[in-house]
Amino acid sequence: MSPILNISGLHKSFGQVEVLKGIDLTLQQGDVVSLIGSSGSGKTTLLRCVNLLEDFEQGEIELVGETIGYRESSGSQRRRLPEREIARQRAMTGMAFQQFNLFPHMTAVQNVMLGLIKTKRMAKDEARSVAEKWLERVGMEARRDHFPGQLSGGQQQRVAIARAIAMNPQIMLFDEVTSALDPELVAEVLAVVRDLANDGMTMLLVTHEMRFARDVSTKVVFMHQGRIHEEGTSEEMFGAPKTERLQGFLANSQI
Amino acid sequence: MNFSLFLAELWNARMSLINGLGNTVLISVVSVLLGSILGVFIGLVMTYGGWFTRFSVRLYIDFLRGTPVFVLILACFYILSVVGFDLSAFQAGVLALTLFCSSHVGEIVRGALIAIPKGQTEAAKSIGLTFGQTFIYVLLPQALRQILPTWVNTATEIVKASTLLSIIGVVELLLATQQVISRTYLSLEFYFFAGFVYFLLNFVIEQAGRAVERRISVP
Ligand SMILES: Nc1ncnc2c1ncn2[C@@H]1O[C@H](COP(=O)(O)OP(=O)(O)OP(=O)(O)O)[C@@H](O)[C@H]1O
Ligand SMILES: [Mg+2]
Repeated sequence: MSPILNISGLHKSFGQVEVLKGIDLTLQQGDVVSLIGSSGSGKTTLLRCVNLLEDFEQGEIELVGETIGYRESSGSQRRRLPEREIARQRAMTGMAFQQFNLFPHMTAVQNVMLGLIKTKRMAKDEARSVAEKWLERVGMEARRDHFPGQLSGGQQQRVAIARAIAMNPQIMLFDEVTSALDPELVAEVLAVVRDLANDGMTMLLVTHEMRFARDVSTKVVFMHQGRIHEEGTSEEMFGAPKTERLQGFLANSQI
Repeated sequence: MNFSLFLAELWNARMSLINGLGNTVLISVVSVLLGSILGVFIGLVMTYGGWFTRFSVRLYIDFLRGTPVFVLILACFYILSVVGFDLSAFQAGVLALTLFCSSHVGEIVRGALIAIPKGQTEAAKSIGLTFGQTFIYVLLPQALRQILPTWVNTATEIVKASTLLSIIGVVELLLATQQVISRTYLSLEFYFFAGFVYFLLNFVIEQAGRAVERRISVP
């Protein structure tokens, strides 16, 4: 069976600055991979490439065997796929953002329903029942008719996660979903992520919560200056980090 | 001032005044409607277009906003007929007001669109919406809420500017009033009356705008 996500030789620059310098990473069904690393090491950019929110110059990203974003045309030329195709491929990955990015003019349940209706072409009733199921799963069923402005940060983030996962993506991408939250709200969001991980959801997550990364990850990836500097299981990475950089990084983060 | 004489003349002139008012309303509604649709399109192009379209549309906006409405109306009426578009005074006037309205709406729509955080577009994309869907379901509803007060203001400006169509002979409320005055010589009374009707029109528009604002506001 092909892996859920296979990234090979990924290069990405912003102007002259190369931010990703050849990333290779594979996630099998049910893998929970945590990306750690210091600020500016390229973690967010990597997730955004997988979600096709960024263009990239070199390398290939495969989702369940399908190459996304680009098509090889004659010779070594590569072409960006048409917008419609990109939109379809984006819906195969779910993304939760640091800033939640809920649609402020829609209630919680409408936020979750939008993609189901427009992308998945579900009938309204079906979309509503799917949305309500996922809101219940993240503990937000009681607030389904609230607008984002009436919800706490933690509640907004849980709705945002429900919105992404209701699309039934092959893989969930989480980009520091708790770092915009007040400390007392972090736990409720992490509990949701943990619940999904335990349920076998394949996920790639960026986090500064080292204890959480250690608990949920099947693999931990340490990025440094646009490269994967060290990777391994939780035990290897947190128990016996090999490189000096990772040792230094872990020493500076609280576990 | 002879009040009962005025009332009698007002009653006599009621049909032409109502006719004029009808024209004022028609001119305003059509211009605001068409101008707004065009304006949303302009705002869209200004925000997401390539540099050349942006540049051209920028010229269009700046030209229209820098020209007095009065001149625009004369231009649409006289210049267009010279180059072969034979518009009636009514059509030319509506065209001028539509263009004027579109430049204002275009500018405020652009302002509202660029004020929406990028994360909104990205969240919409990440659930698989195309650009068109993102615009219609995510960006436009937020932008419209944002621009509503300014847009209502533009609408009242158009109502006021519609009086300028009297210059090219469109019998809207002002010209209808002037015609009554030239018959009755009750200029003070009838100008005051017309002013009051314009005030009432705009008052209604503003109140309606507030009501809509309250209805669609989100917490
Ligand atoms: N849109 C952009 N334009 C130019 N440079 C960018 C852009 N986005 C990111 N960068 C640069 O790319 C590098 C990697 O950024 P990225 O956001 O991926 O880092 P990160 O590992 O997620 O950091 P953090 O932990 O602070 O979130 C940084 O040097 C950043 O300045
Ligand atoms: Mg980041």
